[in-house]
Amino acid sequence: MITVSNLSYAYQKGNPVLIDIHLNIDQRSTAIIGQNGAGKTTFVKLLKGLLKPFEGEVFIQNQQVKNRTAAELAKIIGLVFQNPNDQIFKNKVLDEVMFGPLNMGIDKQQATENAMEALEMVGLHDKLDMNPHDLSLSEKKLLCIASVVAMDTNIIILDEPTIAQDYQGKETIKKVIKTLKEKNKLVMTIIHDMDFVAENFERTIVFNEGKVILDGDTRFVFAQKDILKSAHVEAPEITKLGEKLGYRKTFLTIEEFIDYKNQERNL
Amino acid sequence: MKKIIVENLKYKYPLSEKLALNNVSFEIEQGEFIGVIGRNLSGKSTLCQAMVGLVPHFYKGAYGGKVIIDGLEVRNYSIADISLKVGIVFQNPFTQITGSKMTVYEEIAFGLENLGISRAEMINRIDFALNLLKIAPFKERSPFDLSGGQMQRMAIASIIAMKPEIIVLDEPTSQLDPEGSEEVFRAIQDLSKQGITVILAEHKMEKMAEFCNRILLLDDGKVVDFDVPEKVFSRDDLGEHGVNAPVYTRVCKALNKKKAGTNDYPVTLEEAVRVLGGMGL
Repeated sequence: MITVSNLSYAYQKGNPVLIDIHLNIDQRSTAIIGQNGAGKTTFVKLLKGLLKPFEGEVFIQNQQVKNRTAAELAKIIGLVFQNPNDQIFKNKVLDEVMFGPLNMGIDKQQATENAMEALEMVGLHDKLDMNPHDLSLSEKKLLCIASVVAMDTNIIILDEPTIAQDYQGKETIKKVIKTLKEKNKLVMTIIHDMDFVAENFERTIVFNEGKVILDGDTRFVFAQKDILKSAHVEAPEITKLGEKLGYRKTFLTIEEFIDYKNQERNL
Repeated sequence: MKKIIVENLKYKYPLSEKLALNNVSFEIEQGEFIGVIGRNLSGKSTLCQAMVGLVPHFYKGAYGGKVIIDGLEVRNYSIADISLKVGIVFQNPFTQITGSKMTVYEEIAFGLENLGISRAEMINRIDFALNLLKIAPFKERSPFDLSGGQMQRMAIASIIAMKPEIIVLDEPTSQLDPEGSEEVFRAIQDLSKQGITVILAEHKMEKMAEFCNRILLLDDGKVVDFDVPEKVFSRDDLGEHGVNAPVYTRVCKALNKKKAGTNDYPVTLEEAVRVLGGMGL
């Protein structure tokens, strides 16, 4: 769905933030991980056409990003900002979520339907008339997710979706991701919460100092202990536990680990 | 020495019908590292704000009971008085930035200027805080030109520079990468070992279990439990209170592996490895 070739970018000359990135992003849900400052957010902004590449090309569904306006790209690719305060600007929850669809030219009735469906997904459907700024940080985050979901784009990127979320909030976001996958959308995320990556994303790409240093099936990626270390990235907690206990298998979820242990006992 | 005493604290925000804090009581010793956990809206942030007097002085609302910080009853002292003893790092670092300073360095100086600290001492303290939080390379940048994680480090640095006896932190590492979170938790632990009392609200249970001396579990504005991590995380009813135990505890619970000679489950990676006795041992 996305092809990136030879992509480089710098905010200041001589100080490259991304260096020669080549990626083919397909339908698999994909997590981008790496240290703060590794170039993850810059990469995503390039995908969305918010920044123009220094060098190289980005194609999204066969359209060349640099020849498209941000408005045109907004119909294909949606981005949920890391800081909800950068995204929210309406004074009612419902208006906030309807803004995107209406701006894309969707008629009012359809936009309302999209918005209600998205708000229901994140559990804010009973707060339609509230001022978004009166919501808690975790609710604001969910509102921002709903706003992008309502635009019904084929590609959705979540920048740090689990910030400020408690157990329930994470479960809600898991459900949203699952629903989007079932609708054949490409869900991507930039995230530091490795447990969440292991549970929800099929593919993981590791950025380090502007380069892709690891890319593949999430289980494969979290098994590469040494490379992860060099990128200052940690494996999920359960993966670390399995490794410390000396198991060859790379565990991604608690359930996997418990099943394995129970089977081991029955042998 | 009792550094913080909270007695039957009740609080309701203006325009709200529900108590945000309902009969909260606990005591904290000097130098303790206290973790506050609970689902969102359980009262964690409100409790943090009550430690520094923003509840009730800034937010107003209905207030009952007592919060005594190092001998000062919060209700009877101004936020300015209390700020000499307690510093708070807000949940969203953006909220914390003054907006009146052009560089990270000056931003960290802001609190010190208001305390009337001498120039030489200010320089010492700012350099200390910049190095502790590893943001010295960004000291000439605009506070708004930082990434979320860098901003969070700056917010913590600006409070640490004020050398409060008590530090309250509301999800201080939410925007940091795992290595950054670990560094910040270690830096805070060092401060606590030097005698500074720490209250930290956070959802990262593995970190809380590893670093905190005691855990305060809140739900619906009430204290559910206040005990050492292995006691709190071994409870059977955590799910009902909207929190999850650390991964290590959940695994050991499912496999029914308790810590030798106790009724508690492991809460850290090391403890879990010991109990599960891997092939590596």
